[in-house]
Amino acid sequence: MANGNVSDAPVKSGLDLAGALKDALVAGIVAFGLFALVLGLRTEQGPTGAQILLPRPQLLFMSVALVMAGRFLISLFFRSGAVRLPAVYLPAPFVRVNYLGNIAGGALLVFALIIPVIFFDNRYILDVAILVMTYVMLGWGLNIVVGLAGLLDLGYVAFYAVGAYSFALLAQNFGWSFWICLPLAGIVAAFWGVLLGFPVLRLRGDYLAIVTLAFGEIIRLVILNWQEFTGGPNGISGIPRPSFFGLPFTAADDGFAAYFRLEFNPSHRVVFLFYVILALALITNLVTLRLRRLPIGRAWEAMREDEIACRSLGINTTNTKLTAFALGAMFGGIAGSFFATRQGFISPESFTFMESAMIVAIVVLGGMGSQLGVALAALIMVGGFEVFREFEQYRMLIFGLAMVGIMVWRPRGLISTRDPSIHLRKAKPIPAKVVEEART
Amino acid sequence: MEYFIQQLINGLALGSIYGLIAIGYTMVYGIIGMINFAHGDVFMVGTYIALIAFLALIAIGITAVPVALLLVLIIAMALTALYGWTVERLAYRPLRGSFRLAPLISAIGMAIALQNYIQIAQGARVKPLPPIITGNYVLIDNGGFVVQVSNIQIIIVLTTVALMLIFSWIVSATALGRNMRATSQDMKMASLVGVNVDRTISLTFVLGAALASVASVMFLLYYGVIDFFIGFIAGIKAFTAAVLGGIGSLPGAMLGGLLIGLIETMWSAYFSVEYKDVAAFSILAIVLIFMPTGILGRPEVEKV
Repeated sequence: MANGNVSDAPVKSGLDLAGALKDALVAGIVAFGLFALVLGLRTEQGPTGAQILLPRPQLLFMSVALVMAGRFLISLFFRSGAVRLPAVYLPAPFVRVNYLGNIAGGALLVFALIIPVIFFDNRYILDVAILVMTYVMLGWGLNIVVGLAGLLDLGYVAFYAVGAYSFALLAQNFGWSFWICLPLAGIVAAFWGVLLGFPVLRLRGDYLAIVTLAFGEIIRLVILNWQEFTGGPNGISGIPRPSFFGLPFTAADDGFAAYFRLEFNPSHRVVFLFYVILALALITNLVTLRLRRLPIGRAWEAMREDEIACRSLGINTTNTKLTAFALGAMFGGIAGSFFATRQGFISPESFTFMESAMIVAIVVLGGMGSQLGVALAALIMVGGFEVFREFEQYRMLIFGLAMVGIMVWRPRGLISTRDPSIHLRKAKPIPAKVVEEART
Repeated sequence: MEYFIQQLINGLALGSIYGLIAIGYTMVYGIIGMINFAHGDVFMVGTYIALIAFLALIAIGITAVPVALLLVLIIAMALTALYGWTVERLAYRPLRGSFRLAPLISAIGMAIALQNYIQIAQGARVKPLPPIITGNYVLIDNGGFVVQVSNIQIIIVLTTVALMLIFSWIVSATALGRNMRATSQDMKMASLVGVNVDRTISLTFVLGAALASVASVMFLLYYGVIDFFIGFIAGIKAFTAAVLGGIGSLPGAMLGGLLIGLIETMWSAYFSVEYKDVAAFSILAIVLIFMPTGILGRPEVEKV
């Protein structure tokens, strides 16, 4: 920290009322400057068609007062040191964290497995659960690129889009079923991952992030404008629904319900979709966990920590980065084709930069590299979005501010402890003879 | 040929606007090495401030164009600079010294927040402003295509040149400029020799936002319509300009801005309007991949 003004001042004990009032006044003046025009006056179309201004003094007054009150309280209680936020820092013993993490992860998994049983008739909950699982899978897929390999990819939605469109086009043009198209869409997306990953290998950090963002936008714009192939802004509709090993979820005689002598219920298909995405997400997780133990996974994490050191140790960083890109893209593509089959309709609007930002936010806020953190973050964010559905207008504002807030509060994410790559067992005592030899 | 000259003029005007925004990117990158992702949205907030200031001035009866324009410029610069300062204070300063990607994520959050703040405060509809500066000069008229340059284009280019000169003077000859250069070379060392690093960085954001607000006023006058989403695309293009010119270099930002403006205009004129953003994004990718230091940037030496 370069000379912060706050840390220079001697820490006073007790409450500094005058100081807090002064802070609040300054904050109020700044807030008035910020809000006076943009919040205090609203532009509307007048009766003659020209823009007119509607003053909103109450709103302006309220927002300034809110900022002042907030600043006053923060100054009074936190800056003087009278109240401290509990240190949200988990100390070293990894074992305990692992243990807790295992319990929490297991509990979450069990909960996920029985959701369809508990909420069988609640279509809304099931839909939200499917959405959460889709984001969990996307988060885990991106976690390979961002969390493990340390390459910030702001265009991940491109692979999601490639997967969705490959699936939709394959299914529509060739009439292939979901289970054939799913791996194919994954392969196509992985191919695109390599294709887009190859030129950006030399870039680091911020530049890589911006180029991937550019690629994401290019792919979206091409999809939007290439009408003959992708349907342009109208998208593709009538994408076939998945079947249960050939049994469609219809009320017909050859349908799923009739075959198993069940009463037809539209929830069957939703429950099936939920288990499909759960299985896909768990496969992503399993593959990631296993790969971390393999040389390639070790190489990813080594590259994240220090690329130059990695190269001097003889690790081929080109291949290492490309595999991370390709694998991440593949899972993104598979999630995309699931999205396509669930919605039955896709259009470029589903694949904007906001989507990428959302997935990156899930990975970073969850704690880069932590599988459990990513799952929790997806649950909190997507769930939070649903809770705030009534405040549709405000939820993106809150989302943006929350991203800033969490970065300031915990820059390393919610679960910032990392699993060690190697578990060292109990320290072995060194025989006295060896110690003597070393001394002489 | 006449058509080409006309596109050249249009491209120069557009490029000047991009150049002014690009300076904000290049300065912040030069001084703390981060991409100020929210800068494009600060520019967007600036256009709204300018629009409301114009309407307010008309409402209170100040309709003389030069006076109104000057007042709007002053108001927009002051208030947008305040936004720049606040963004830095809230989203970036607490993260100084944190890990590399934290400020970028926080900047993305800030960009989303600003966009939605404007959407909530002013509505999602496109906001028009009736043309305030009208009139143009005919340069070539030989019966066929008429080449003309409008007054607003002249104002844009002249203002940009004037601001560039003032700004280069600030950076090269004032105490603030010296502090900025010192901070960009070595933050810790600068603070040891008595540079108030925090204040210098704040002022960098303030200056960048003020320049962006001038671009906002010009954009508003030039196009006459704004919406809450213009910040993203304008920001990306200005960032491309900064990178193309060589990030960290002020003349580079201006040069890059002009080039991007020209390329975009020519592309729309001769190829296709639909793919003009694809062209801008492709240039960004190509430049970063093949010449990451840009045209006027210095090569970065990789130290172990």
